[in-house]
Order: sequence, then structure tokens, then C-alpha cells
Amino acid sequence: MGSNRTQHRRKMALLCFLAAIAMVGLMVRLGYLMLCRSEHYSRMAEDLHERERTIKAARGRILDANGVVIATNRTVCTISVIYNQVKDREGVIRVLCRELGLEEEGVRKKVEKRSSREIIRTNVDKEVGDRIRDYHLPGVKVDEDYKRYYPFDSLASKVLGFTGGDNQGIIGLEVAYEDYLKGLNGKILTTTDAAGVEVENTFEDRIEPVAGSDLYISLDVNIQQYAEQAAYETMEKKGAKRVSVIVMNPQNGEILAMVNVPEFNLNEPFTLNGEPPAQLTAEGRQELLNQMWRNPAINDTYEPGSTFKIITAAAGLEAGVVSLEDQFSCPGFRIVEDRKIRCHKVGGHGGETFLQGAMNSCNPVFIDVGQRLGIEQYYHYFEQFGLKEKTGIDLPGEAGTIMHKKENMGLVELATVSFGQSFQITPVQLITTAASIVNGGNRVTPHLAVKAVSGDGTKVHRFSYPVKEGIVSEETSASMRYILEQVVAEGSGKKAALEGFRIGGKTATSEKLPRSLKKYISSFIGFAPADNPQVIALITIDEPQGIYYGGTIAAPVVADIFKNILPYLGIEEESALRETNQ
Amino acid sequence: MIYSASSYTAQLQHGDASYYMMRQLKIAMAGLMIAIVISKMDYHWYARFALPAYILSYILMIAVKLVGSDSHGSRRWLNVGGITFQPTEFVKIVLIVLLSVVITQMGRKINSLRAVGMVAVLTLPIAGLVAANNLSSGIIIVGIAFFMLFVACEKKWPFFLCGVAGGLVVATAGPLANFLEKIKLLKPYQLERIHVWLDPEAYPMDGGFQVLQGLYAIGSGGLVGKGLGESIQKMGFVPEAQNDYIFAIICEELGLFGAVSVILIFLFLIYRFMLIASNAPDLFGALLVVGVMGHIAIQVILNIAVVTNTIPNTGITLPFISYGGTSVMFLMIEMGMVLSVSNQIKLEK
Repeated sequence: MGSNRTQHRRKMALLCFLAAIAMVGLMVRLGYLMLCRSEHYSRMAEDLHERERTIKAARGRILDANGVVIATNRTVCTISVIYNQVKDREGVIRVLCRELGLEEEGVRKKVEKRSSREIIRTNVDKEVGDRIRDYHLPGVKVDEDYKRYYPFDSLASKVLGFTGGDNQGIIGLEVAYEDYLKGLNGKILTTTDAAGVEVENTFEDRIEPVAGSDLYISLDVNIQQYAEQAAYETMEKKGAKRVSVIVMNPQNGEILAMVNVPEFNLNEPFTLNGEPPAQLTAEGRQELLNQMWRNPAINDTYEPGSTFKIITAAAGLEAGVVSLEDQFSCPGFRIVEDRKIRCHKVGGHGGETFLQGAMNSCNPVFIDVGQRLGIEQYYHYFEQFGLKEKTGIDLPGEAGTIMHKKENMGLVELATVSFGQSFQITPVQLITTAASIVNGGNRVTPHLAVKAVSGDGTKVHRFSYPVKEGIVSEETSASMRYILEQVVAEGSGKKAALEGFRIGGKTATSEKLPRSLKKYISSFIGFAPADNPQVIALITIDEPQGIYYGGTIAAPVVADIFKNILPYLGIEEESALRETNQ
Repeated sequence: MIYSASSYTAQLQHGDASYYMMRQLKIAMAGLMIAIVISKMDYHWYARFALPAYILSYILMIAVKLVGSDSHGSRRWLNVGGITFQPTEFVKIVLIVLLSVVITQMGRKINSLRAVGMVAVLTLPIAGLVAANNLSSGIIIVGIAFFMLFVACEKKWPFFLCGVAGGLVVATAGPLANFLEKIKLLKPYQLERIHVWLDPEAYPMDGGFQVLQGLYAIGSGGLVGKGLGESIQKMGFVPEAQNDYIFAIICEELGLFGAVSVILIFLFLIYRFMLIASNAPDLFGALLVVGVMGHIAIQVILNIAVVTNTIPNTGITLPFISYGGTSVMFLMIEMGMVLSVSNQIKLEK
């Protein structure tokens, strides 16, 4: 046997050294995996181990001004399968298909998918859920859940909005107050082994759900219902495309009703409310749904037309460039620079005072007032009245004002703006500005939400909205109330007159663009009582057939609405008061 | 550690959480006895059995091919009189002894090409036979031979050349594997393993499952781990938790700290082997120890490398720690041999 020599020893040491290097290398790799990548892998591992079940929080209700519930929850079930716990796959597929009325193919794919938990269907009626639970199929979970329910179906649909599959708000107040309404979902976290069986004695996290807050809004179901009825009647009678009505408290901006007919059924928000065209692509359908969900009173702008003369008049009075007795003459047109701008009365109104001009809704009179103010001043008041900004209404998607830039405005543009053409605002902007002019000069923020009350009633959050005081003086405001009362009493808005009530208002007939189409939006804005406005309403009738004058078709509708809601709001008849006084 | 890693599976399969541990414990105790006996013997004594044992290992390997029992799709176990064991473990130890004998007898001639060829002739056929049903064991056997030859031989450069070539192969593994698969040298499942190695997260459900689960376990450990017995990955997530992937569970439960400790213990063991080998009374004893050292070092390094996805997945157990009766029994015998060499070191006073 040979000897063990130095050379061998050296080699052995070298081998040992190499092994050591390899091991140190592995330690470094291990350190990298366990420290640097630790978070990555533990998260992935935890996802694998934990079966998370959500305990849905009840969504807050929405209640009207009288405490009537207009959006609430109904118990529904979510059906899901846990792959590893399913014993009889075929049986499960059969039962689920039968009970849920689903195609076998889709169910099979989900049941046979190797995932921790596969949701088969959400928003299943409680009855069906109970039936499925009674089969006692291992691996099939029936979790109770809430579904949004709207007792009035289509009432104020575009204002309230609806919720999606996860009970999240999609449009309207439901999305605007999502944070208040949704509450906090609870969770049950359980650790499971590879087979998806819960591991005993491991820490089970349970986070209790917190119900969402109830939202109290200023909308009054009775006023809303009445306005909606009137709007539907008008739409049918006039063959109009759409009719919108906004009823507001001009003193604080609370919206009492906001109607946009045709409304849609909030409990079936994905069903088109009209006759769908024969061939409808998925995109086409989605487009129609989006149109259906739109709230034209705040999402769409239009040329306000003669109702905007309220703003011109207020600006003129405030600046002192015109008084009620100032004399004007209307030959049926006015030439501004090189343009001949016509009055709606072809023969002209002849000689008239400013008050008469307002009552006649005479374009040349307001062109003159605009020209007296000049571009600089007119623009100043336009901004001071808050017309350049959004109203700040608490509904999503408010459209902004489309207005000439001051530097691009010439005298012709000024003339057309003076009687409400060549720029666009939203209906809610118009009613808010008009309300602010007649309420004594306080620019209010139109709004619906009044307060949010937590589920257990312990916490109350009152919403507050900015008010900008003094956009016009009290005198100007009083003059405007007088002018507008005269418009209804003896002028173009006399169809809005209501026996026994003092009503102020202004009519408008705006041509839609392009003007060659000869399509119109007829509108009327009215308020009562004229000396101390408590309620203001704006109706816009989109594309009426036949007679389209706002004074003829829009004014009577507001009179009709006022006739019903004024007594309801406790605004007493003047004549009755007079009689009792005598 | 086996208890911790295996208890869950054992509970499920055998109704007794300590099933694997008790079995392993019994075998280890028996192994320890044998090791003590062997350590008291003169190691030159069993050198004479080397050749017959070598022939016997051929017979066993062929037998296992024909009548072995199946596990995980390949035949690795042999049932002799009620005792099942893996002949590959036997082959490893026989080869260590045989090569020590042969190299010692050749003396200085070992430096010639013919001698190297001789070693290769002795090693490669049996290694090939082993590799046919268990590639990793084949690699280990070749590795042991390589180590022993390296120590015995005076020349160095051929070994380094081999090392460099190996490094090149690893660096170009991806494209190379594709190429080899095209020319039918690599089986599709082996190609898949290489792909999995390069990016385990891309194959979470198929080939990457085991690797990825192992990585999850390691990653979950962090610095100090979840505590002994707190592993979650062992609950059926990591396949073979008490076996090939036990190191992953060590990482999960004991953290980086524990894992590094384990590696350091092995390193210390290897260091002791080196000391024994250096001080062995003769070349035969030294080579015996080198062989054992090579065996343990290769298995430890490869196992940890596999678990950390440093090299492609292949079934290698972690010496002493992984579950496996044959493995621990023969490892104990190897330890006995090393101690026997150690006992015969004449202390110069």
C-alpha cells in the first residue's frame, strides 16, 4: 500500500476549499432568496395557503327628504365552488346548470378549473340559493350577499344611479357617494393545506364588516313623481325626444326633483328602455346604454336662448347701464357691425320700455343692453355670476360651459350672447344662476345630499356647500323678480300664470345646431312666489314636434307642476290670504 | 427535522404523525451500531471484499431493473427478504472502496493515461447502469470517482479543463438544451426541467410546481423562520417535503439562520474529513475518506442547489437529514469507515 503524500494533502485541501466555496455560494444564493425575494415568495405562498371569504358590508340606503327609502338592499346569494372540496364533479355541474339556468359548457369550465375558488354566479335570488344549499354538495358554497334594490324602479334613475356586480356605484349618486354608501367589507381568512382543507389551530382572521352610511337627500319623491308625470305627458303630447325638469330650492340650492324622461328601470339597468334597432352590435348596445344612463340636465350643454336674457338683464341693471323705464325701439332687427340680427317678431315690437322689452323677450332690446355693457363688462358679470365655472353639483360628469374666449369676442358675439346664443351651458347651470339672481344675489351650489348617517345611527355627517354672496345687489335682485313676474303676468310667459300665486319666469326657444335642421329646445324657467322665491323650476323640451315655442308648450307644464307642488310645499295662495285679511 | 417535515403527510398516509420519524430513527440507530462496529475494525480488512462487492453491485443493479419495485415512475428499490433498499446507495460505497484499492495498488502509475482509463472503465459502466434509472445518482458516482482521481493524480490541468467545460455548459444551458432535444439526445421531460429551472414561475402548474413550491417555502422563511413545526408548505404543498425538499422546509421553519447553520455543520464535517484524510496512515485510508467526503459534499451541494433552483431539478437527497433508510444506513457505514481510518491515525508524540 502506498504512502499518503504531501501532494495528496494539498489536493485534499483544495477539494475541501472548493466545496467550501460552493457552499458559501449557496449560502449567498439562499440569503438572496430568503431576504431579497422573501416578500415576493411569501406573498405568493400566502395567496396559495389562505382561503379568503368576504363578508359583504350592507350598502347604505338612500332616503328622500321625507325619509322615504328610494334605494335599499335585498339579500341575494353568490354561488361558488372550491375545486379541492368538490367530490362529485358531474353532479355539481348538473345541479348548478339546472338551478341557475346556465349553459353546461361555461359551468363545466369553472367547476373543472384548478383554482382555489371559482365564482359561478352572483346576484342569485335567495330562494334559488337556499335550494342549492339544500343539496348539501361538498365544495359548493352559497354565500349571502346584498343586491341593490330600488323600490320606485325608474324614479330619478339618472340621479340615483345604480350599482354593478360588486355593489359598486356606477352612475349618479351611487358613484358620487360611493365612499359613504359602500361600507367596509369584512373578511374571514383561513389557512388551508394543499388540498384546500382548513388547517386547524391556525390563526383565523375575522374582520367584521361595517355597514355603509345611509344617504339622506333633498329630493322629494312626491315632487319628483309629479314632475316626472308632467314630463312624460309633455314628451308624448309633443313627440319630443327628451324632457328634463329640475325643481330646486333657490334659497339653498337643494334639488327637490330632477327628471329626465325617458327614465330607465334601475332594477334592470342593462335593459334598454326603448325599442332597440334590429341589428345591434355589442358596442352599439353599450353606446345606447350609455345614452340611456346619461343625465342631460347636467351632462349635456345647450344654447339657453331667451332664458339667458335674465342674466343679461341682471348684468345691465347691476352695472346701471339700463333701468326699467329706459326706452328702446325694435324694427324687427338690429344691425351690429355688418350683421343684421333678427328679432323673433318679424314686424318688430316698435317703441317699448326695457320692462316691456323683457316681457316681449325682444332680442334688439337685449342686444342694446349687451352693447351698452361692452365686452369687458359683460364678460366680467358672466364670470361674477359663476357661469364660467361648473356649478359643483354633487353628481358625476357635470359638463363645463362652452363660451367664447374674451379676446376672441367681438360685438357680434356679444350681441348673440346677450340673448342666449352662440355659447352653451348646462340646464343646471342656468337654473342655478337664475336662482342666485332672484334669491337676493347669493350664488348657491345645487346639491342633493343633505347628510350621511352611519349604519348604527351614531355618526351623522352633514354636507355643506359653498355659497358666494353678493353676485348681484339686493336691489337688482328685486328688480329682476319684478321683471320676471311681469313676464308671466302679462308677457311671453303668461301661460305659466297660476290663479292665486305670484309666479315669475322666462321662456325660451333655442334652435339646435346646425340651425338648418330646424330642431328646437323649448324651455321655461319659473319660480314662486315671485316676491320671495321658495321654489324654482326649469323645464327643457328636446325637439318637440309641431308648435315649439317655449311660451306655448313649456310654460304651461311648469304652471301645472307648480299648481300641485306649491300647496304641498306650504306656499299659500295669495288670494286666499287676501280673503282672510278682508 | 424529519419529524417536523413529514408529520403531516405521515398523519394522512399512515395515521401516525411520527411514522417516518420512528422508522428513520430505528434505521439510524441500527446504522450507528454498525458504524461503531466498523470503526473498530481495520479498514484494510474489507478491502478484500471490494471486487466481489463490485460484481455484486452489477448484479443488484441489473436485478433492480428486472424485479425492482416502483416508486415515482422508476425502479429503484430492491426487495430482499422483506427489506427494501436502494442498490444505488450500495454501489456508491462499493465504488469508493474499490477505487481506493485500485488506485492504491497502481501507486505511481496512476499518472499515466492507461491508469485513468482503468478507473474510467471501472466507474463508467456501473455509473451508466445507475444513471439509466436515476440520473442524479449516476452523476454522484462519476463525481466521486472524479474527486478520488483528482486527489490521487499528480496532473491538474485535465480536471480544470473538465471544470471549465462544465461551466460553459451551464452558462449556455437554455439554447443547448433546445439543441440537444432537437437531436434527440435529451428527452422532452428533461428539456422541460431545464426550462423550468430557467424560469420556474412561468410553469406554475406543470413542471415548475415542485421547484416553485420549494422557493415559496424558502422565501417564506426570512431571517429567522417561522419556528420549528410551523411550516405550512410541508402540508402537501412541497412534494417530498421529508425527502429531497427537506432543506426548503428547514429554510421555512428555521429561516436563513437555521439554513446557514446546517450548511456550516456540513462544511465542518467536510473539514474534519479533510483532516482525517490528510493524517491517514496510508493512501488507501486517505482515499477512502476522500471518497466519502466527495460523496457527502456533492450530495449536499447538489441538493441545496436544486432546492434553491440554482441547478435544474433532479432527485438528490440531503445526507443524514433527508428521509431514506438505505441512504442513512450506508451513510452510517461510510462514517464508520472514516472513523476506522481516524482510529488508526498514529499520533506522533
